[in-house]
Amino acid sequence: MAEFLASPLGILALTVAKTLALLVPVLIFVAYLTWAERKVLAAMQLRRGPNVVGPMGLLQPFADALKMLMKETIIPSGSSRLLFLGAPMLTFTLAMLGWAVIPVNDGWAIADINVGILYLFAISSLGVYGVIIAGWASNSKYAFLGALRSAAQMVSYEVSMGFVIVTVLMCVGSLNLTEIVRAQENLWFIIPLFPMFIIFFISILAETNRAPFDLPEGESELVAGFFVEYSSMSFALFFLGEYANMILMSSLTTILFLGGWYAPFAFEPFTWIPGPVWFILKVCFCLFTFIWVRATFPRYRYDQLMRLGWKVFLPFSLLWLVMTAAFLKLTGMLPA
Amino acid sequence: MIAALAFYLFASILIASAVMVVTSRNPVHSVLYLILAFFNAAALFLIAGAEFLAMILVIVYVGAVAVLFLFVVMMLDVDFVQLREGFQRYAPIGAIIGGILFLELLFVLGTWQFAADAAELRLSPTPAGVSNTKALGRIIYTDYIFLFQAAGLILLVAMIGAIVLTLRDKHHSKRQNIAVQVARTSELTMAQPALGEGIRREDILRPLPPPSKAPKPVAHHGHGHDDDHGHGGGHH
Repeated sequence: MAEFLASPLGILALTVAKTLALLVPVLIFVAYLTWAERKVLAAMQLRRGPNVVGPMGLLQPFADALKMLMKETIIPSGSSRLLFLGAPMLTFTLAMLGWAVIPVNDGWAIADINVGILYLFAISSLGVYGVIIAGWASNSKYAFLGALRSAAQMVSYEVSMGFVIVTVLMCVGSLNLTEIVRAQENLWFIIPLFPMFIIFFISILAETNRAPFDLPEGESELVAGFFVEYSSMSFALFFLGEYANMILMSSLTTILFLGGWYAPFAFEPFTWIPGPVWFILKVCFCLFTFIWVRATFPRYRYDQLMRLGWKVFLPFSLLWLVMTAAFLKLTGMLPA
Repeated sequence: MIAALAFYLFASILIASAVMVVTSRNPVHSVLYLILAFFNAAALFLIAGAEFLAMILVIVYVGAVAVLFLFVVMMLDVDFVQLREGFQRYAPIGAIIGGILFLELLFVLGTWQFAADAAELRLSPTPAGVSNTKALGRIIYTDYIFLFQAAGLILLVAMIGAIVLTLRDKHHSKRQNIAVQVARTSELTMAQPALGEGIRREDILRPLPPPSKAPKPVAHHGHGHDDDHGHGGGHH
């Protein structure tokens, strides 16, 4: 057995097994995130939410999936066929790709690479292609407007996100995600870098096209934005991709600021709960905040969105970056 | 063995997609092929052990530059008939320039000499025990910091130049001053304007209506006042 696992075929089999062990729970998480979102939104709006299919509506996601599968896939006649069908697949694939480097516990990452954070940043910056290609290939003006908005929005917010990540990296001295979490064993970065946490959280709302920055799909003006023309499974893939991206970004927040798999306090009752459970709890907290924000804030106007990104977040994160660097240098806390 | 196979796979896709960038008829497809080419180049960097460069290539070129390319190309309405109009006339000049560049390349390659210690440097691209991110950082930010900063300044000057060249005088654009809006109090004032005059205070978004000489009959004025005259330009 041991020598089989060391052979190339064994390594391949092991990697496939690890990938399945991560992606299947992620997909179930995605399914129940859609349920949780409807339940939480309903509770905040004094409704009951899904409550018919299964106890407490728990089977609703599967009913929805079945419904999506049964629907007809409609391809608009003026569309660019290959790109039209490729865009949702791209969105979904990218949302799954990022999980390769996420460490749910110490040493549990499938690929514990040196430049893990850059890899995640690269994958998240590619998410815009699914949206742009979908908008262009649909050959519809609403879809196209949604795609253009999305392109400008995601490029703008990536800049401040990048500065936040650099600030965290300066405190760690490594690009490896496991190292980033280990550096927070005694003090989570949310405490010294609290303003950066806020900026990061708002930026990931914009990066995942969630409310109040859901202009690419703003239904009150663009019908449904970039996916107006999509139906059936191609629509479902966009949907799954968006929710998987939310979970991925929440995991990134957990890793960068909320101490990953560490318990909030390193003494008895807290340390009984294993690391992965803490990780999932923190991710759930972030996701709850995503939904909470959606239930609370109205959609931003487009120019205000751009102003917030370029004129507020960018200067502030740049200033905080320089201040953090100066502080670390002057107090001699700069990691080697 | 696997690395060599992967190299040939990525290299052939890279060349094929680079050819498609030039030959494909639809400009949007060209840009998409360009993105594919960037990806394969990043994969080649990974095989060469330059993981940092691979990621930066994807983040900067694919994640930002190509998005803007795609953005612009999608917005352009390219007319191919018009593009091909002068082809016959300009083809010889283009061919001559291309030939000269090709000759120059040949001269450069003909006199190429490897430095004495290049071979061993090539075998160990990074010093032992140092990750290549650290090695790059050391070279760029410690050994050659001033040259690097100078390069950054030159780029900054180019950027400012581009902005200055494209900045137009926008007297007529209406800007939102958030600070003023936030500082505004919500106090209400009662006004009793003359018949047909309306309130002569400047509004936030609309310029003043043109002053009318004589009061007009009330039936034609009234509530629609601002909308009737506001967009017409006013006297600003």
